[in-house]
Formats: sequence, structure tokens, C-alpha cells
Amino acid sequence: MLLKNTYNEFIKIIAKPRSYIGLGVLTALILVILFAMKADGSSYISFVTASFEQTLSFNGNILNGNLIAFIILQMLIVHIPLLVALVTGDLISGEAAMGTIRMLATKPISRTNIVLSKFIAGAVYTLILTIWLAFLALVVVKWMFGSGDMIVLNSSGLVILQEGDIFWRYGCSFIVAYLALLTVSSLSICLSAFAENSIGPIVSTMGIIILFTIIGSLDVTVFDSIKKFLFTTHMASWRSFFEDPINLKDIWQSIIILVVHNILLVGIAVIKFNKKDITS
Amino acid sequence: MNEPIIEVKQLAKKFGDFEAVKDVSFTVNKGDVFGFLGPNGAGKSTTIRCLLSLISPNSGSIAIFGQNLSSNRSQILNNIGSIIEKPDFYRYLSAEKNLEIFARISGSDSSKKDIQEMLEFVGLNGRGKDKVKGFSHGMKQRLGIAQTLLHKPDLIILDEPTTGLDPQGIIEVRNLILRLKTEQNKTVVLSSHQLSEIEIIANRMVIINKGKSVIEGSVEALVNEQELLLQIELNNPENAIKLLATEYPNLVVKHLYGSTIEIAVEKDMVPKINYLLVNKGFEIHSLEPKRKLEDFFMKIIQE
Repeated sequence: MLLKNTYNEFIKIIAKPRSYIGLGVLTALILVILFAMKADGSSYISFVTASFEQTLSFNGNILNGNLIAFIILQMLIVHIPLLVALVTGDLISGEAAMGTIRMLATKPISRTNIVLSKFIAGAVYTLILTIWLAFLALVVVKWMFGSGDMIVLNSSGLVILQEGDIFWRYGCSFIVAYLALLTVSSLSICLSAFAENSIGPIVSTMGIIILFTIIGSLDVTVFDSIKKFLFTTHMASWRSFFEDPINLKDIWQSIIILVVHNILLVGIAVIKFNKKDITS
Repeated sequence: MNEPIIEVKQLAKKFGDFEAVKDVSFTVNKGDVFGFLGPNGAGKSTTIRCLLSLISPNSGSIAIFGQNLSSNRSQILNNIGSIIEKPDFYRYLSAEKNLEIFARISGSDSSKKDIQEMLEFVGLNGRGKDKVKGFSHGMKQRLGIAQTLLHKPDLIILDEPTTGLDPQGIIEVRNLILRLKTEQNKTVVLSSHQLSEIEIIANRMVIINKGKSVIEGSVEALVNEQELLLQIELNNPENAIKLLATEYPNLVVKHLYGSTIEIAVEKDMVPKINYLLVNKGFEIHSLEPKRKLEDFFMKIIQE
């Protein structure tokens, strides 16, 4: 029954126009970035490398596909959660608003399976969004700007990665980025179990992300103890794969915290939905 | 021997401090078209939602097909088709796709042919590919009935199935319900605040008021329990009232309107009154014995 309802959920997601907004917006944003880089990318690179030009000499194609893919990821990882929540925040509450939750809950499928099938469908949608991002960032961008060694500026300075040492880093980065987006999906599904309309869970999800991000960026000691447990702190962990050496311990910690968040959020959604009186 | 399909005992449900259902008990037997009657806010929908496990009752018990609902939920729901208030569908999907979705989780392996046949049964043949967002309320109601029947359940529960329908839609849905009984021998539970609907369709009923079941039994028996109201349209109604008061001092006779009088009588008095009036030269234009569920219902809920 879980698989059958998951299949139903895919049919619903595919048929809903809002499911394509995310893919469309993502494509448009990347096209805007690519246009900007094509038109004035050299100025952007000069701004980044200016402080090193007295000690280092940069030769070859610095503004290549590998660097632009990194820039795209860095810019969009803040906005993609909204695109994820737009679809996943509607999965349970949208049924309540439409009235179909009554039909669904009077069928011989357990409420736990209803929530789990929605979680699986949401996870697959998030995966498709992530794969689309990866395709645009790695395939299309490289096709337009070519490949080459990659320079990354992080808190410890400038890191230069060899061309042959980059692809696997992106692979791992997208896996961790997907896990972070999956947490956003689980959060919005969880909030969706409490709501009777779609707007509430979507806005609340973004509100929580903004709040946690602000807490995470405030340099105040009172928040130090909780910062590492906020999922937003680990949403940028994909960047760790572009450091040299890679801090695997931090990455594993992020993965564990994100997985625990997912389990807790889906668990809360299941408990809430099982106890809920459907009066809509 | 009646075989109970639904047995509800002392059901109660509170929402915060509000007691929506206080004490509801009734039994639905196999093959019944069972009317669940009550004024708005009586607790009908809450009780129906408890039967379908949409709401958890605070106390009382529900057994369906001889099994406890809370411990055999999936098994029981597998054999129930239902519409709660109004059937809502995925507006962005076609009628066929909606039926496919609900059939898939209803435990049936409905083929495209089954879906077509069901659409034909409810009068929606040729509209299967159309998106539901273009359907009228009546069409959605018929699609709702198709959805309830597709997995061939033995028990159909319909909560206010004619709400919001135009007169033609009401007749169509009512006829569909009657066909479920006559052609498919289903047990149907039908909640309504429309008395005429229950009177026409149901063979047994329970009346619920202020969260409590007030009376339960066969519709015919309950209606026959009340006295007959004889309405006579004749010339000179004032003289007729005087004559009847003289001849039958125990009768309650009143001038209803125009040239019509109303008399509360036992059935065997009707020919005697008719004979008396004709014999005394009154011209009788119409004589209508009325015994309506409406009067009985009003008496019950006002007590």
C-alpha cells in the first residue's frame, strides 16, 4: 500500500503546475548568472583575485565551468529551500485545503503510510531538483565556459584544485546539499501535518530557515551551544569538499545531524497525523 | 434474522469543551437503507466521521462487520465506500485519473474497463478524460458515488449527499442510491437533514438531536405511530366545523386556510367523516389524509 500511494503522490506532483515553478525558477536563475558571467565575469574574477595578484600570477582559464558551478551553488543554496517548500509544504495541508484528505483517510491505508508516501515523493522531487541543478551547473556551464583548474576562496585563504581532482568533490557536495534540502522537505511536510492550508507551512518553513540562519550567524556566546544542532548550520557543509585537506569529521557530523533531523521531523509528522481529527 | 453491519454504542466526542456527540447508539442491519436524521449541528457528521475513523471518539464503541473499528481499521475500510459532505477531488486531474488514484488505495484492482463501466453507471460516460475542475457540483457528486462503488464495497456511507444540488441533481442522486439497493443489494447509511429524502429512500432510521440518538426504528412504523391529519377542502368550512364538533365532540378540528379544514383522526374515522359531510350536503373538493415524517420529526426535536 505504501508503494501504491507513493505512486499516487508522484502522479499528483507531476500534474500540479506548482511543481514546475521550482525547475523553471532554478533554470532562470542559472541563466541570469551565466549571462552575467559571460558579460562581465572577468571583473568578478579580478575582484576575487585582486588581493593575491602581487604574490601570485594566474594563468589560463580561471573563469571556467568548475568555478562558475561553485558560484552558482553558493548563490542558490539559500533560495532552493523555498522552491522545495513550495511543493512539499503543500503535500498534506494542500489535501486538507482541497478536501481530498477526507477521501484519502477513509481508504484502507494507514495514516503512517500516507505520511511516509508523501515524504518519499517529496524526497524524490527534491532529488530531481538537485539533479537538475547539478546538470545545469556541471554539464551546461562546463559546455559554455569549458573546464580547468579551480580556485576557491575560503576563510583559510585561496585553495587551488587540479582539474582532475574536482568532479568527485562536486559529486559528494551534491549528496550533502541534497541531504540539507531533504531536511527542508521534511520540515515543511512536518509543518504541513499541523496546517489546513498550504501557505502556512511554506511561510513557516522559510521563517524557521531565516531565524536559524540568523542565530547561526550571530557571534553571541549564548547561542554557541545550540548552533551546531541547527540544521541550517549544516546546509553549507557541501563547501567542505572544496577545502584542502577535507575535514571529514565535520562533514560526518553534519550528515549525522541532518539525518537525525529528518528522522525526527518525519516522526513528528507521523505522530501528529495519526492523532489528528480530520474535520475539514 | 437481521444481521447487524454497524453497531454503535454510547458514542461520545468532545472538541475542547464542546460536546458534539453525547450519547449516540444505533444498529444498521444488512441490506438496510438506513437514514441518519437530525437538524443541522445535531452531531450527524461527527458520528459519520467516527464511523470512518476520521475522528477518534472519546468514549463508546463502534463495531462494523462484527469487528471493532479501532483495532481493525484497514480491514473494515476495505469494504466501505463513502462520501463525506461533498466529494472533493484533485481538480487538476481527470475524472478517470481521480478514480484510478482512489481505486489504487482502496484495495481493488480496478481496470480501465471497470472505471469506464462505473462512469457509465453514474451517468458520466464520455467525461472521463475531462479535468474535475470543470465539473458541476452534481457531476462531482456522481463521480463521488462512482468512487465509493469502484472497489465493490458492501457498505456505503453517504453524509448529506444531496447538499448543494439543484432539484434535478437531487433526483439523480436519490435514484442512484435507490439503484444501489435494488440492483447491487448494498447496505447504505445516509445522513440528511432533509426529511423527505429519508422518507422516500430509507427503510430504517435513527433520529439524532443535540448529540443524542432520540429514536430508532423502521421508517414506516415510526411514521404510522403518529396520528393522521385529515385535510378537507369543502364549501362552507365554518358550518362543517360546527357540525363535526356537534357529532364528534372529541375531535380536534381547525380551520387551516381558505376553504380547508384539518382534523386529527384515527384512520377508521375517515370514511365516517366523509359520509357525514356528504350526507349533510357539503361539497367536498378534496380529502387528503396526511401522515408525514416531517411532523413526527418536528415533534421529536422540540421535545
